[in-house]
Amino acid sequence: MSHARTARRVLAAALSVSALVALAACSSGATPSASTSGSASTSTDWTTKGPINYVQGKDTSGYVQKIIDKWNAANADQKVTLIELSDNADQQRQSMINNAQTKGGSNYDVLSVDVVWTAEFAANSMLAELPKDQLNLDGYLPAAVDASTYFGKLYAMPSTSDGALLYYRKDLLDAAGITNPPTTWEEMVTDCKAVQEKNSGIGCYGGQFQKYEGLTCNIAEWINSAGGQFLDASGKPQVNNEAAMAGVNALVGYFKDGTILKEELTWQEEQSRQAFQDGKIVFLRNWPYVYSLASKTDGSSKVAGKFAIAPIPGLTGPGVSTLGGHNMGISEFSKNKGTALEFIKWWNSEENQKANLIQTSNAPTVVSLYSDPELTKKFPYLTTLYSSIEKAQARPKVVKYGDATLAIQDAAYAAITYGATGQGTDPKAAFDALQTKLTTLIG
Amino acid sequence: MAPIAAVAAPKRRKNMLSDGQGTLAAILLSPTMLVILVVVGIPIIMSVREAFFAIPSGVDANGRVFTEEQFVGFANFTDIFASTDMVNAVWGPMNRLVNSFLNTTFFTVVCVIIETILGVAMALIMARAFKGRGLVRASILVPWAIPTIVSAMMWKLIFDSAGVMNKILGQTVLWLGDGPQSQWAVIIADVWKTAPFIGLLTLAGLQTIPSDVYEAAKVDGANAWQQFTRITLPMVKPALVVAVLFRTLDTLRMFDLPFGMIGPSKYSVETMSMFSYQEARNLRYGPAAAYAIILFLYLVLIAFLFVSLLGADVVGDEELKAVSAQRKRAKAAAKAAGHSSTPTRTTITSGESPT
Repeated sequence: MSHARTARRVLAAALSVSALVALAACSSGATPSASTSGSASTSTDWTTKGPINYVQGKDTSGYVQKIIDKWNAANADQKVTLIELSDNADQQRQSMINNAQTKGGSNYDVLSVDVVWTAEFAANSMLAELPKDQLNLDGYLPAAVDASTYFGKLYAMPSTSDGALLYYRKDLLDAAGITNPPTTWEEMVTDCKAVQEKNSGIGCYGGQFQKYEGLTCNIAEWINSAGGQFLDASGKPQVNNEAAMAGVNALVGYFKDGTILKEELTWQEEQSRQAFQDGKIVFLRNWPYVYSLASKTDGSSKVAGKFAIAPIPGLTGPGVSTLGGHNMGISEFSKNKGTALEFIKWWNSEENQKANLIQTSNAPTVVSLYSDPELTKKFPYLTTLYSSIEKAQARPKVVKYGDATLAIQDAAYAAITYGATGQGTDPKAAFDALQTKLTTLIG
Repeated sequence: MAPIAAVAAPKRRKNMLSDGQGTLAAILLSPTMLVILVVVGIPIIMSVREAFFAIPSGVDANGRVFTEEQFVGFANFTDIFASTDMVNAVWGPMNRLVNSFLNTTFFTVVCVIIETILGVAMALIMARAFKGRGLVRASILVPWAIPTIVSAMMWKLIFDSAGVMNKILGQTVLWLGDGPQSQWAVIIADVWKTAPFIGLLTLAGLQTIPSDVYEAAKVDGANAWQQFTRITLPMVKPALVVAVLFRTLDTLRMFDLPFGMIGPSKYSVETMSMFSYQEARNLRYGPAAAYAIILFLYLVLIAFLFVSLLGADVVGDEELKAVSAQRKRAKAAAKAAGHSSTPTRTTITSGESPT
C-alpha cells in the first residue's frame, strides 16, 4: 500500500516539475531574438514619425505638461504624452530599467536621465546612439556634453545642469567685520570663529553627509577642491594619493574639531537646508534650489534677506563643484525615433531652456543663458552658479555606477564617522580600499 | 505486502477517511491550485533556475555589457565564501551576506522576544473587564494597522538628530547613522508596530480559557503567579506559539522598516531581503536569486523547527490529525500483534478508534 502511494506521489511531482521546466524554457527561449534587436543600433532609422511618450520624474512644477501641450498643438500627428515616475531618483532609474527589459513591450520613447545613469543605460543598450551630425551642441556646457557621451558616442542631449553653491550668513559676517566670503576652508573656519564669538552656539559648516548619493557628491568636491582628481584625465580613479587625502583629511579634521557638527552624519539636502534656515549654521553647501526657499518671507525661513552666495571654498582657492543635472536620451526600443529626436532638439533649444529656467528654476545647459540680463536679474545666483558649473567635475562614468557610488559612500562614511565619533575606519585605510575597489570597477 | 493488500481489497480506497468524493474535491480545488501554481509555484521554480545563472561582467569593444545569461552552476552560492565583498559593521569585518544574515537573526531574536513579552502583557490587560476596555483594545491595535513604510517614515522623524527622541534623551544620538544605535532604532520601531499582533492572537487564546479553572485554582490557594504559569501559559500556548511563529517568519523577511527608516546599504541594519534587493537593483539577478533562496531555506528551517519542537499547529485540521492518530494506532496494533495486520476498512470521521 505505501509503495503504491509513494510511486503515485513521485509520478505527480515529476510531472509537475517537468511542466514547470517546460514553461521556464519557453520564457527563456525569447531572449536571443530580443538581443539581436539590441545590437542593431548602428543602423538606427531617424525618420519614423508618430506619437511618443516622454518619461521623467514627478513634475512638481506642473510646467512640463504645459510645454508638452505647446508641442502637441503644433504637431497634432506626433503627439507627446507625459509619463510621470516617482519623485525618488532611485525609483525612476528602476522603472526605466524594468521598462527596457520588456524590450519590444517598452512604451518609453524619450527618457530624462540623471547624468550619472547615462553610462549604465548606454552600456545596457537602453539608449540609442544619437546622430551627432543632426544635433548642434556648440554653446552647450562642455561638462554636460561629456556626461552625455559614452565610449566616444553621444547618447543623450544635455537638458538641465546643477552645481553646488556656498550659502553664507552675510549679516553675521558683516557684523564680524568680514567683507568677502571665504574662498578657502581655512578662511571659512577663521570667519566662523569670528562669528561664533558674538553668536555662541552657532555651527560653522553644513553639508550632506548622510550615507546616500549626496555624500558621493560632497566627498568628490572635497577631493577635487584640494587639488586632487577624483578621476584623472584618463578616467582612472586617484582617490588615495597625497592631494586627494589632503581633502579627505581636512574634512575628517573638521568633523573632529566640531567645525562640522556630529549630527551632519545624518543630514541630506533638506536637513541641512532646514538647519541653515533656522539660523543654526553660518555656511551651507547646497544646490541652487535652496535660494528661493531660503528667501521666502512667509516666516518659514529665519534668514530671508540675510544670506548671500559664493562659489564653494577649497584648500588654496575656490573649490570644484560636482556636476549634477539631467540629460534627455532616446530609448533603443522607441518606434518613432524621428519624432523623439525632433522633440529633444526642440525641448532643449535655447528658447525653451530659458522658459524652463523661469518656470522651474532648473539651471540650463546653454552657456549664453547664464549671462542673459533678464535672467540674472530674476535669478541673482546665476552668475555664481555658472562659475561653479563651469569648473564642475562629473562623477565617475561607470557602467556599474550603483557599485561605484556605494564604494565611495562606504569609504567616505567610514572616514567621517571616524572623525566625528572615533568609530569607523581610519581615512587612509578607507580610501586605500576605495582606490582598489574603484580601479576594478572602472578599469 | 502490497500484492496481498491488492488481492484482499481490490477496490480499497487509498484514504480510509475518504467517503468517495475525492475526485469531486480535486475538481473543486483545482482552480485554486492552478492560481497557486501560477503565482507561487512558477516564480519559485524560476528564481531557483535564476540562482544558477549569471551575466558575465565587463563590457565589449563598444562599451556594451553582455546581456546573455550563462549557466554558472553553484558559483553564485560558492562566491559567498570567496567574495571580496567585505563590510565592517557591528559584527566586525565579514562578508556582506554573512553580515546581513547576522543582522536578520539578531533582529528576529531580539524583536520576537520583546514583542512576545509585551504582547502577552497587552493581552492580559485587554482580557480584563474594566471601564474603557474597548478604547484600550482599539488604541493598542492602532500601530498594527499603520502600514510599515508609513511607520518607518514616522519613526524617521522621531529618530532625526533634531527629533523628539533626542529631545527627550537630552543628547544627540545618531539613530539614523550606521551603528548599534541604528539597530536599536529599528528594534524599537518594530516592537512598537508588531507587539499588538501577538497581543491580539494571545487575547483570542486567553478568551478560550474557562473561568472555572481559575476559580478552582483559587480554591486550591494558588497565587497569581502560579495561576499565570500553571494555567494561563499552558492553555494559551497553542495560540501563542502560532503568533510567535508568524512574527518570527515576518521578522526574518524584514525589509521596509530598516530600508525606509535608516536607508539602503547601511550595513548595521541590512537584512537579507535588503541585500538581495540591492543586488537585483544593481542588475545582478543571479546572486540576488541565490541570496533569496538562502533566506527561503532559512525560513523553511525555522518554520520546521517551530512545528517539530514547539508543536505549532498552523493548519489546525482535525481530519489530518485523525488520520495520523489512526496510523499511529495501526502501527501500535501491528507491533502488538507481532506481524503485519490487515488494514481496517472502517471509515472514521471523529478520530475515534474503530475497535
